[in-house]
Amino acid sequence: MKPNQFKKLPVFLFTFIAFLLIESCKPKNTNVAASGDASKTYIAPGQYDEFYNFVSGGFSGHISVYGIPSGRLFRIIPVFSVDAERGWGFSEETKPMLNTSHGFIPWDDAHHPELSQTNGEVDGRWVFINGNNTPRIARIDLKTFKTAEIIEIPNSAGNHSSAFVTQNTEYVVAGTRFSIPLDDDNGDVPIDSYKKNFRGTVSFIKVDSSNGRMNLSFQIRTPGLDFDLSHAGKGKSHGWFFFSCYNSEQANTLLEVNASQRDKDFIMAVNWKKAEEYIRQGKGKKQAVRYAHNVYNDETHSATSKIETEVLVLDSKDLANMVYLIPCPKSPHGCDVDPTGEYIVGSGKLAALLPVFSFDKIQKAIAAKTFDGDVDGIPVIKYEAALYGEVEKPGLGPLHTEFDQNGNAYTSMFVSSEIVKWNVKDLKVLDRVPTYYSIGHLSVPGGDSRKPFGKYVIAYNKITKDRYLPTGPELAHSAQLYDISGKKMKLLLDFPTVGEPHYAQAAPASLIKGNSVKFFKLEENKHPYVAKGEGAVKIIREGNKVHIMMTSIRSHFNPDNIEGIKVGDEVYFHVTNLEQDWDVPHGFAIKGALNAELLIMPGETQTLKWLPTKPGIIPFYCTDFCSALHQEMQGYIRVSPAGSNVPLKYGTGVKPNPGQEK
Amino acid sequence: MKNKLSTTSRILIAFASGALIAVFLLPAWRIDLFAPQYPEGLTMNIWINKLSGDVEIINGLNHYIGMKHISADMFPEFKYMSYVVFFFMALGMSAAITGRKKLLLAYIVATIIGGLLVIYDLYKWGYDYGHNLNPNAAIRVPGLSYQPPVLGHKRLLNFDAYSYPDAAGWIVFGAGALVIMVWLVEWLINRKRNKRLKTY
Repeated sequence: MKPNQFKKLPVFLFTFIAFLLIESCKPKNTNVAASGDASKTYIAPGQYDEFYNFVSGGFSGHISVYGIPSGRLFRIIPVFSVDAERGWGFSEETKPMLNTSHGFIPWDDAHHPELSQTNGEVDGRWVFINGNNTPRIARIDLKTFKTAEIIEIPNSAGNHSSAFVTQNTEYVVAGTRFSIPLDDDNGDVPIDSYKKNFRGTVSFIKVDSSNGRMNLSFQIRTPGLDFDLSHAGKGKSHGWFFFSCYNSEQANTLLEVNASQRDKDFIMAVNWKKAEEYIRQGKGKKQAVRYAHNVYNDETHSATSKIETEVLVLDSKDLANMVYLIPCPKSPHGCDVDPTGEYIVGSGKLAALLPVFSFDKIQKAIAAKTFDGDVDGIPVIKYEAALYGEVEKPGLGPLHTEFDQNGNAYTSMFVSSEIVKWNVKDLKVLDRVPTYYSIGHLSVPGGDSRKPFGKYVIAYNKITKDRYLPTGPELAHSAQLYDISGKKMKLLLDFPTVGEPHYAQAAPASLIKGNSVKFFKLEENKHPYVAKGEGAVKIIREGNKVHIMMTSIRSHFNPDNIEGIKVGDEVYFHVTNLEQDWDVPHGFAIKGALNAELLIMPGETQTLKWLPTKPGIIPFYCTDFCSALHQEMQGYIRVSPAGSNVPLKYGTGVKPNPGQEK
Repeated sequence: MKNKLSTTSRILIAFASGALIAVFLLPAWRIDLFAPQYPEGLTMNIWINKLSGDVEIINGLNHYIGMKHISADMFPEFKYMSYVVFFFMALGMSAAITGRKKLLLAYIVATIIGGLLVIYDLYKWGYDYGHNLNPNAAIRVPGLSYQPPVLGHKRLLNFDAYSYPDAAGWIVFGAGALVIMVWLVEWLINRKRNKRLKTY
């Protein structure tokens, strides 16, 4: 080695040491900082989870169902979006579910699932969820884990502050995220005439406690505000509903700046018992509107869609003592009521503190008229008069709060990416844990009801980055499970989710699992084209419409040979699954169909529409591996040219049924 | 020789024959099937006049091996078994009311013959179902039959089959045992008395 090279050695050494020092100053890798506890989330094979977790799919338009604490995905329930896997929105029976006043819509953005409640406690009967884009509310029946009903909301644009329920599921609410000229106004106005022409609405949809059927009961017209989230009062505050709003500036462009100008936006408190009283007094006005109301029937195994044409409207401008505004710091998102019903927590996304309002103080302020002006005739309660207190320095970007059974609250902090636990009474921060990364909503089992079950809080994060194996530019949104049974919150588990989880709710499995339907009874099948046995199979031709009433049972279709179909026909395969046992669905797929498959549950009838385009032999088969002879479950259709005189003929096996053209 | 049954015996016989009413309220026999896909098991309950349980599911599975479709109207026994039971009840009751030993003996002999016939009948139907298979069945294992056990356990392909009396079956069995015991006790007492008579 030459001497001049030796001279450089200290320089190298110094650089190396400096590099090491700088490296060690970087924050520790999250894997080091967070330690899971597999034993607490381990559910042995064949064992059941303690909770069901209903997680919104966001832009997937579905709900996914997980087990907690294992984080195992059990099911995806199609709601607002078509689902080729189950033929949802593709079968003739399910197409009406996605009908709206605009026509058939194959997609929506599903945000906030809410379990039905009785007496303020989760009862495990239904899940409601909002369609954010084309305003709708869906009801999922937890007996069948199927979407049972979808109702469209008129006078609305972007149903975000939904689908939350009152404590006995008297109502499920909707609120418009965009204020707009309402349906009976002339909407062809300059956009910058917002302040003059744009208004908001919140809607109260009555729920029939016996069967869950929804019915748009009334709407309240409000000033032109944007409603973000909401929650019902409970216990002492039962009868009230609280909505958070942003854009009190009433900006119509560049909202990220223009709707963030004022120090405070509002929480809107609605006395819905008062609204009911006004309606009884005939103060509601009937407005002509158009909205779809779609209902699925488990006996006909078919949905019907009806366009409703009227809504009852109450105007907050004209009716006193029904609606109040409470100032709330900077663009509140979450609007959450604690289990006692006394405390209402507003989460201002841009605020440096968390205001907690007192229901009693709000009532006193209303009685004493401690107001600070009004917005379009709605009194604004003085901030201090409604305020119980503020949680100081909770974190950055508070979004949403849920509660446990011990008087503690858990608030998600989007910007500082953490969950903060604090005491509702003394407003002291007790603990904080990081989330990976940028948590949106969070969920404690029963955490928005009068009876939280505690035990866990689940974070639903917007950003995943390095948490899982990379999958290109698009990554799964992550959920994280934390143990909250001790003083300190502890991260237990990371699990990926479907679509974008916004809100989610969890309930004890014991409330739901016993009611689960195993199959549909064939004798109760009232589908107009059911074939209740292989003897009932037939084909009816009505002009160019051909109805094939066929059956599937392990492991054949009846008929599986069909002749006499012609180009230009409109063919309907009405497939009845004759099985009467748990977990034996059959599928049905036909080559070249511009459609999806059918997935038919035992005892159910589903219909696939098919338009043959050219003569030939077309195969069809069962898509669900149903038995050892599943692969053999297949058949042929002969398609003849238009106008051909090939007779209608069909059958299965050695003695084909003689076909009869009707 | 005293030819009448004791009062206790007559009450017990009346009780035993009355207990036969159970066959109208409860199933008499059961066949349980377990397989990897059926951890919860499939059960067919056989009554004296009908079948219940997972009969249709079992039929669905049986069609793979070409077994005949099991349905209640295939069994003529279901049509007359109620009358047979009424006859047994009447016979037992008449023994209890009259107290005549000969009637009790007739009752016991009829019960034993009846029981054997029932078991033979079960075997015959089991043989028929297990052997007379559709030659075009999807699954054919040469030389293998699917006869369920008359009593106890047998492995049939992926299924473990168990055949045992059901609730009413056990009651009938108990009632039969009771009258036989009554007969034995009566016989022992009678023998002692006869011995005593001889010594005098």
